Amino acid sequence: MRILKDALARRAMGLVAALPGVLVLLILVGLFLKSKAILGVEPLSRLLFSSAWYPLKGQFGLLPFITGTLWVTVTALVLAVPVSILAAVYLSEYAPSWARESARPAIDLLAGLPSVVYGVWGVLLVVPFVGGVLAPLAGVQSSGYSILSGGIVLAIMTFPTIIHVTLEVFASVPRSLREASLSLGATRWETTRHVVLRKGAQGILAASVLGLSRAFGETMAVLMVVGNVAAAPRSLFDAGYPLPALIANNYGEMMSVPRYDAALMTAALVLMLIVLFFNVLARRILARVEKRAR
Amino acid sequence: MRTVADGRLGRRKRADLFFRVLAAASAVAVLLSLVLILGTILWKSVPALSLSMLTQTPRGGFYLGKEGGILNAILGSLYLAAGATVLAFLLSLPIALYLNIYKGRASKAAAWTRFFLDVLWGVPSIVYGVFGFIVMLAIGLRASLLAGILTVALLELPIMCRAIDEVMRLVPPELKEASASLGATRFETAMRVMVRQSAPGILTGVLLAFGRGIGDAASVLFTAGFTDRVPTSLADPTATLPLAIFFQLGTPFPEVRQRAYASAAVLTLIILLISLAGRAIGRKATRHVVK
Repeated sequence: MRILKDALARRAMGLVAALPGVLVLLILVGLFLKSKAILGVEPLSRLLFSSAWYPLKGQFGLLPFITGTLWVTVTALVLAVPVSILAAVYLSEYAPSWARESARPAIDLLAGLPSVVYGVWGVLLVVPFVGGVLAPLAGVQSSGYSILSGGIVLAIMTFPTIIHVTLEVFASVPRSLREASLSLGATRWETTRHVVLRKGAQGILAASVLGLSRAFGETMAVLMVVGNVAAAPRSLFDAGYPLPALIANNYGEMMSVPRYDAALMTAALVLMLIVLFFNVLARRILARVEKRAR
Repeated sequence: MRTVADGRLGRRKRADLFFRVLAAASAVAVLLSLVLILGTILWKSVPALSLSMLTQTPRGGFYLGKEGGILNAILGSLYLAAGATVLAFLLSLPIALYLNIYKGRASKAAAWTRFFLDVLWGVPSIVYGVFGFIVMLAIGLRASLLAGILTVALLELPIMCRAIDEVMRLVPPELKEASASLGATRFETAMRVMVRQSAPGILTGVLLAFGRGIGDAASVLFTAGFTDRVPTSLADPTATLPLAIFFQLGTPFPEVRQRAYASAAVLTLIILLISLAGRAIGRKATRHVVK
């Protein structure tokens, strides 16, 4: 009886454990089936590389949105990666233990704040700051709703991801290596640069890629501050229109225009595939780092 | 000779100091951004925050600046996140147990399941939203509390699974062996040893997922609908806090935008509470845990 129960439980749990894999497959298949309506008539290259977005005329070039996403993501990473890595260096190499302990909940909280809250904050503070302070400094006109605002908000949202993974990578560098370097007369910074950063280089790369994929799919916060103009941006102070924002803004009304629905599904599929690629890449690097650390 | 060496050492020490300050400044910048976000949201919300805001549903013309509150969104979000968390938990617990009890640490099946969980963890919430919408249409469901719960449960699943898996991995293997040597089947070991031993960690993971679920907007945008009433059944559409914030901020009326700030403060406070509760549990509820 008890053994029967055990066998039953094993089967049932095994079945549930297959769910994640099935789910990934279902999402991909679902999105693909839904985007077939447009993939069948329009060549993929025209969808991805044309910048003519006139849904009413049946032209669905996704290029402005793809460039918009790239601009915002790259801006965010340029801001977030150096700051996050230096912050992780401080927390793991220099900081006294009380500072390290009290920084952890703060970083967790930063990770847990909802994206709308980031969005509201961006509208309240970042947008006026970019429009009223940074743009005049750079000698351009800007409403503030721009790639730069999106990038700043997004950078703060990716801090926790990058810091967290980088800290784990640093923790896997053996203490004895640091001590060896210090005992040879190297300063803290020299030890960090030549031992910790060198040993952890791949892990830091993985952390940044994870941050990248997080930033790529972020929707609401970016949507609220980036301006949403369907043209490829020419400077940081121009408005942009990333892919997730396109989907979120238009999903309600798309039913009325033929093939609009399928075009948005293609956008979601492209987003999913890109994020998937970066995620798998980062995980593979991390798995390799972990194996080597052992 | 001596002065040259001194000069070099001096330069190295200056470089050390420089990077020390730079690194510390970066850490401070990260913390400062958190303080700045919390401070701005709470400070801006003060003028609009009132009791009626929390205890009333929107009246006529609420979105034009008239009377009412956001009770519909607060309750809607709580129902939705609670439902999704329960559902995600019912799926996460067996997955985590399966990974840790029935499958060895190095098994292929376990490695693949973990890999797919990582993949799901990285899927943007807007994609969950779109997927939820596709499924909704496919099974003939309208935008409703139920559809929202299903979608958010998918979003929460990888977060909760990974969290529970992490704590279960920390359970010492000796405990499992001791249980097995007393004649317990693996299922009994799972329920009586693993679950009890990792209970505080499981609870923290559940709270983490709940917080993520209650704050997510992109996944409920197409699936949960929006309404001024508090939902009374699973088939009703429901308002959610993140969307209430988003819609209020989108209006041109200053009073309504004020309320968006206040709503954002309410959401932030809920998240703060959850995160504090998670910490308290992590520290205190370890009574039954063998160390």
